[in-house]
Amino acid sequence: MSEEQIKSLEKQFNERIERDEKIEPKDWMPEKYRKTHIRQISQHAHSEIVGMLPEGNWITRAPSLRRKVALLAKVQDEAGHGLYLYSACETLGVSRNELYEQLHTGKAKYSSIFNYPALTWADMGAIGWLVDGAAIINQVPLCNTSYGPYARAMIRVCKEESFHQRQGFEIMLKLCNGTPEQKEMAQDALNRWWWPSLMMLGPTDDKSVHTEQSMKWKLKRKTNDELRQQFIDQTVPQADVLGLTIPDSDLKWNEERQSYDFGEIDWDEFWQVVKGHGPMNKERMKARVGAWQRGEWVRDAAMAYADKKQAEKEKQAV
Amino acid sequence: MNNNLYNYILGIADNSLILGQRLGELTGHGPSLETDIACTNISLDLFGQVRSYFQYAGKIAGDGRSEDDIAMLRKERDYKNVLLVEQPNTNFAYTIARQFLFDAYHLAFLGELQKSTDLTLSAIANKCVKEVSYHERFSSDWVKRLGDGTEESHQKMQNAIDDLWTYTDELFHQTEADKAMVEEGIGVDITQLKDNYYKYVSEVLEEATIEVPDIKYFQKGGKQGIHTEHLGYILAELQYMQRAYPNMEW
Amino acid sequence: MSKIKNWPLWEIFVRSKNGLEHRHFGSLHAADAEMALENARDVYTRRNEGVSIWVVESKHITASNPENNGELFEPAQDKVYRHPTFYDVPDEVKHM
Repeated sequence: MSEEQIKSLEKQFNERIERDEKIEPKDWMPEKYRKTHIRQISQHAHSEIVGMLPEGNWITRAPSLRRKVALLAKVQDEAGHGLYLYSACETLGVSRNELYEQLHTGKAKYSSIFNYPALTWADMGAIGWLVDGAAIINQVPLCNTSYGPYARAMIRVCKEESFHQRQGFEIMLKLCNGTPEQKEMAQDALNRWWWPSLMMLGPTDDKSVHTEQSMKWKLKRKTNDELRQQFIDQTVPQADVLGLTIPDSDLKWNEERQSYDFGEIDWDEFWQVVKGHGPMNKERMKARVGAWQRGEWVRDAAMAYADKKQAEKEKQAV
Repeated sequence: MNNNLYNYILGIADNSLILGQRLGELTGHGPSLETDIACTNISLDLFGQVRSYFQYAGKIAGDGRSEDDIAMLRKERDYKNVLLVEQPNTNFAYTIARQFLFDAYHLAFLGELQKSTDLTLSAIANKCVKEVSYHERFSSDWVKRLGDGTEESHQKMQNAIDDLWTYTDELFHQTEADKAMVEEGIGVDITQLKDNYYKYVSEVLEEATIEVPDIKYFQKGGKQGIHTEHLGYILAELQYMQRAYPNMEW
Repeated sequence: MSKIKNWPLWEIFVRSKNGLEHRHFGSLHAADAEMALENARDVYTRRNEGVSIWVVESKHITASNPENNGELFEPAQDKVYRHPTFYDVPDEVKHM
């Protein structure tokens, strides 16, 4: 294809997106669109499956049977969501195994928040309330994104995830209405998860490399800073209901902006974790790579068995 | 309270509780995303069953004890599960072999429990039997895949069956509560399930090209609360919160 | 990397209730059709979304090429005589 032809195709492509038309797997798309989508969707999928680990860690210790089944169902949903997203990504011509390879070798990123440890039961509450809360803010706009398979996966994810945040909030509420010891546990969890949750919405707009292009492709509808403000504004009143204190002495309502002002985020910590030096980065990767390697003989066996049975069938048909 | 009925229900439910707990350990660590989801589903089914049984047991006890009190606040000798279900997830072959050896029993058991004259138990069995027939389908399929897959998987499956076989006989041991409940038409006469169990299990293993172990000595004791050393660790996790923070609501 | 090939991709179609058609729900990996069915049940119907599942290995689907959309689909656009509104019938004629 000549450069001119590509230009004209690109023009048509951008016009389609502007008209809110969806792009489907076999449609022509600029290479950069494909690559950006593989990066974002797979990053999203990786976050789901690495995100299973801090919570999965508490399944056997959940304090009641009711909490145990809720947590199991939630972590299972995360596996499901990872699966939907890997599937969406595969429509762009990359296999799940390649994507795993990228994750396992550290080439692909996942949400940094999961590199913090889940230390107490209250962390199950804080993760559901804050981390899923922040994730939902990120995800809801993606139900409308331009790439069809991604948008469809996100619709399913958002629908299923609606119980996740409530589940977390309910845990917090129960703790806050419980004994002083329980409330202290809840406050401690909020203290530890608050700032990482704010960081989860990404670097500030002036440091964010992908925002402009992503806005055009509807991979993003709002900037990181806008999302962060939205998250804070909706979460602070929820903390009030719980009777917990947000660990930010600079946090105060700004009448003029009709929003909360908040303190400086420790971006050094953010970059440290993103670059692989958070408290749990190594542990998380060890768990993922370990599960994958331990599973290899199982996957091979199932494939060998399927081939054997297929061959038998064909032999019988002759 | 009817002590025999209470103990009988715990004997059934503890199997699901401990096996569910074992499967819960695997969530997030399965050999593929799809298999991970499947095992978690089985775990969820089992805990759902546990809740129905313990809620009923709580009612029978009639002293306000909750499902969680029963699940998490007994001492190690008071758990009545069979030794089979507490065996560890040594590798995926053990997970599958343990599941299959239990599912084949569990399915036959629930089929009979549906006929119980105790209407609550028969209703619970009615619901559970559908779940467990799926479990059995899942685990027997995987026994065949691993048994007749690659050389490596065959060996691993054979080892798992060899190691776990010694825990199968206990499935058919009657406790005092069992005997009393059979007499009252409430319980299942598990001794009657034994022949069909071994016949069926052997058929599946044969199809999986796995040799059926031929051993004379079997392990027992779980039903009397004499467990393997594994159970203590399972309980340490299961009970941790309730023990560390007693008398609180979650 | 494993010496043996990876589990292939399957497309999953679910009938959400009787009377409705099977609809494409998504895809997943499985070694064989039986496993694909089981996985589909656990992945796509854990919230009671289905009463029937079809699975088909993705490689068996032949898809039309969007580049040919012009010749494939545009010719149908002006065949207005296939639609009832093309035909004039006086207003007083009922039930038609």
